[in-house]
Amino acid sequence: MKSLEHLACQDKDVTEGACGVLRLVHRSGFVIPPVGSALRDRAEKLFWRVFLLLTAALPGTINAQTADQVRSVQNIFEPVGAPAEMLHRTSILVLLICLGIFVIVGGLLLYAVVRYRRRTTDDDETEPPQVYGSTAIELAWTVPPILIVVVLALATARTVGEINNTKFIGDPLQIRIVGHRFWWELHYPKYNITTANEIHVPVSYLSTPRPIELTLASADVVHGFWVPELSGKEWLVPDRENKWWIQPSILGIYLGNCTVLCGLQHANMLIRVIVESPEDFDRWVTRQQRPPTLDPNVEEGRRAFTANSCGSCHRIEGTTSNGIFGPDLTHFMSRQTLGAGVAPNDDKNLRSWLRDPQVLKPGCLMPEMKLDTQQVEQIVAYLKTLN
Amino acid sequence: MPNGTTITDAGAELLPARPGEERGTLTGWVQDLVYTVDHKKLGMLYIGTGLFFFVVAGIMALLIRAQLAFPNGRVLTPQEFNGFITVHGTVMIFWVAMPLVFGMINYLVPLMIGARDMAFPRLNAFSFWLTFFSGFLLLFSFVGGPGLYGAGSAPDAGWFAIAPLTSPAFSKGPSIDYWSLSVLVSGIGSITGGVNIMVTIICYRTKGMTLHRMPLFVWLALVTMFLVVVFLPPLSAAQIMLTLERYLGAKFFEAQAGGSAILWQHFFWIFGHPEVYILVLPAFATISEVVPVFSRKPIFGYPMMVAASILIGFISAGVWAHHMFTVGMNSFGVTFFAMATLAISVPTGIKIFNWLATMYGGKIRLELPMIFAIAFLFQFLIAGLTGIMLGVAPFDWQLNDSYFVIAHFHYVIVGGILYGVFAFFYYWYPKAFGRMLDKKLGLWHFWLFTIGFHLTFDPQHFAGILGMPRRIYTYQPGRGWELWNLISTIGAFVQAAGVVCFTVNLLWSAWKGKIAGDDPWDAWTLEWTTTSPPPEYNFEKLPEVRSRRPLWDLKHPEDPDWKFE
Repeated sequence: MKSLEHLACQDKDVTEGACGVLRLVHRSGFVIPPVGSALRDRAEKLFWRVFLLLTAALPGTINAQTADQVRSVQNIFEPVGAPAEMLHRTSILVLLICLGIFVIVGGLLLYAVVRYRRRTTDDDETEPPQVYGSTAIELAWTVPPILIVVVLALATARTVGEINNTKFIGDPLQIRIVGHRFWWELHYPKYNITTANEIHVPVSYLSTPRPIELTLASADVVHGFWVPELSGKEWLVPDRENKWWIQPSILGIYLGNCTVLCGLQHANMLIRVIVESPEDFDRWVTRQQRPPTLDPNVEEGRRAFTANSCGSCHRIEGTTSNGIFGPDLTHFMSRQTLGAGVAPNDDKNLRSWLRDPQVLKPGCLMPEMKLDTQQVEQIVAYLKTLN
Repeated sequence: MPNGTTITDAGAELLPARPGEERGTLTGWVQDLVYTVDHKKLGMLYIGTGLFFFVVAGIMALLIRAQLAFPNGRVLTPQEFNGFITVHGTVMIFWVAMPLVFGMINYLVPLMIGARDMAFPRLNAFSFWLTFFSGFLLLFSFVGGPGLYGAGSAPDAGWFAIAPLTSPAFSKGPSIDYWSLSVLVSGIGSITGGVNIMVTIICYRTKGMTLHRMPLFVWLALVTMFLVVVFLPPLSAAQIMLTLERYLGAKFFEAQAGGSAILWQHFFWIFGHPEVYILVLPAFATISEVVPVFSRKPIFGYPMMVAASILIGFISAGVWAHHMFTVGMNSFGVTFFAMATLAISVPTGIKIFNWLATMYGGKIRLELPMIFAIAFLFQFLIAGLTGIMLGVAPFDWQLNDSYFVIAHFHYVIVGGILYGVFAFFYYWYPKAFGRMLDKKLGLWHFWLFTIGFHLTFDPQHFAGILGMPRRIYTYQPGRGWELWNLISTIGAFVQAAGVVCFTVNLLWSAWKGKIAGDDPWDAWTLEWTTTSPPPEYNFEKLPEVRSRRPLWDLKHPEDPDWKFE
């Protein structure tokens, strides 16, 4: 099991990488507590294991550790790859500081209520000593909050700089993502590939990092790109091109969502990032670059596809269909899901989708095409040849 | 026509009844409410309006939670869901929180500063009626026909309506117009109300009430109204721009036509963030009155409390873009707004410390207002801390747009502001109605609501950490969100039970509650010197004050405050 080996070594590397950066932080002179100890790591792991046990106690969660494992339960505290780990380190620092403040101030509040509550034995006539304030005390307790704010501000500034101004080791793989209502258009300029919704990327090993730079744009309204374990979120804004990057270090399928309300099917604008071994990724690239085979057995289906104007919105390479409003269908069968993740890509769902997309995804922009059963069967047969 | 006698004699039956003539009948009662310019009646009208809309928007919240209780929920359609989240958010901010804030301040400020009414009583009524009717304008969108192009007509672009989703291309029909115009009208009401209250506080204080002797409630009201007057106009401007865009083809926000999609967010959030302080400062104000009275000590560090409030007001002007950390700002912008956001926690922290110091060494009477105030302190502490987490931009890149944000701002608005409002009710209800709110029902209300609140919003933090984005009408099983959503939904219904207890208490106590007397809490500010409920003219003789606690001076002539201030 090659992938498992990688996994094991990655896990160690990740921890070491985190400690390394923390050492760097320490050396850089800012007052930041060394939170990267092994004990902390172990405690945190245990905490999230219990937490996830609670969460994953319900059916549907898969917990295997293989390349096609669907990491459907995403957790921002289990980062995979460089940018998410950087965010995670700052998050832990902030969490610890906030926890400290909570314990101290919450404790003081509790103490005050318990200690100074009026008891039945107290007489009601006398009032407690009237204290109006103390400038010295007030100035004194203004200092710690200011110090905490300074520490947090410095940590923020550094992490923001680290992530925004990263010097990539090696040439980053460029992917251009265009948000549409309610799906993702994907371009790999280097390989001249256009696809949709499922982002294939090669895994990054510590020896051979493969950073992936994302260019985010939008064709209509504002969308948000977020795969919690790979990185934070960045919006896709119509008049901008935002840069973002990921560097996933563990194989698997990572799920994410559109995070900005973009209309009726905002909820089903799902993201799948498929992190593969470099060999698998290369195979996928080769497959995507190949024009689809023209199977004479499905000629009727192809004609039905064209006759029903499917090509006004969808593109299939090598045919007259060259629409740009819907997902590119050239290698439709290489995708695992339909409708930007709303359902698995199988015969049953495909038929249902072709009969009326509004059943699976009410409010999506693909209208019911009023196809009869025979046409549906023909088009399904045709689409299934689009490898 | 001297004395009008001729007309009365000539044909009294032809004339409409004049105000006051039908006193005691239902018509007379309605007339009284409609004609009134009395700040106390308008205050209660404001509060009543807030409570009515609270129930309406609360029912929407229950429907939303019901839809999300299980994966693939089928309670609402996507269209209905988007409509309900938008209207829930908008109504809760503009027609629940704002009327409650204005109602609280309207009722109390003239009483606390020893004035007979507001500076501009008619303007006060005008402000209220604008708020009142604009709320119904928004609700009317649900029944106002299917819209021009067959689109649903309840606004469905979210409560901050991010452009260009609101442009005619993506929001057909009149739905967004209902939203935009009703918010615009309510904004005009708020601005005029804000001017009125500021003028009242500055010009109508009774003899001896210098600025540094004003009760903290009044100080905070002044800062709040300053924020209202400064920061609501950008929102009104944005609504006008949106209407121009939708009807006259202006292209402010439409990226495809050369506008800027980000522009709307700047306009909205430069209002939107100070708005949080507009809502929370009156809650602070209530806590600043309740904590001293029930700890039996003066507020600790009055000058510092005033300074901190003013500082919060100023800093709040420079933090709006922390709602936009993820739009692709450059590193400098992100860092600047993160620092400003963190800086605001310093004056807020000072306030919390001062409240705690007020409790220290006191004799804390655990009456209902104080119980709510303590819960406020505890929950607001947590809300502030999650606020710090969101203020640290790298953490925000993960948490923004997730259920963590939902949990955070509901902690602020429900766990903080609403608890302040509840404390307000239990503390000043006896003044307004002359009767105490029932303690047993009040405790039921407190425990049901508090347990429900924590069941609802604590799990949402975890759902957000597990990647659940906000505003999704459904989710697939297996994402790890099922348990947290189910608990959250159960909690929402427990809260609703708490609200039922509260409502019953408000109604029942108004005619069966224990008689309160003028000063049931042994308090120190001027409103407790007059009768409960106060007469229309507030005070028979305008009082004169020599310190921050005029009633303390009266009750303790041997040890008056003015000796120490």
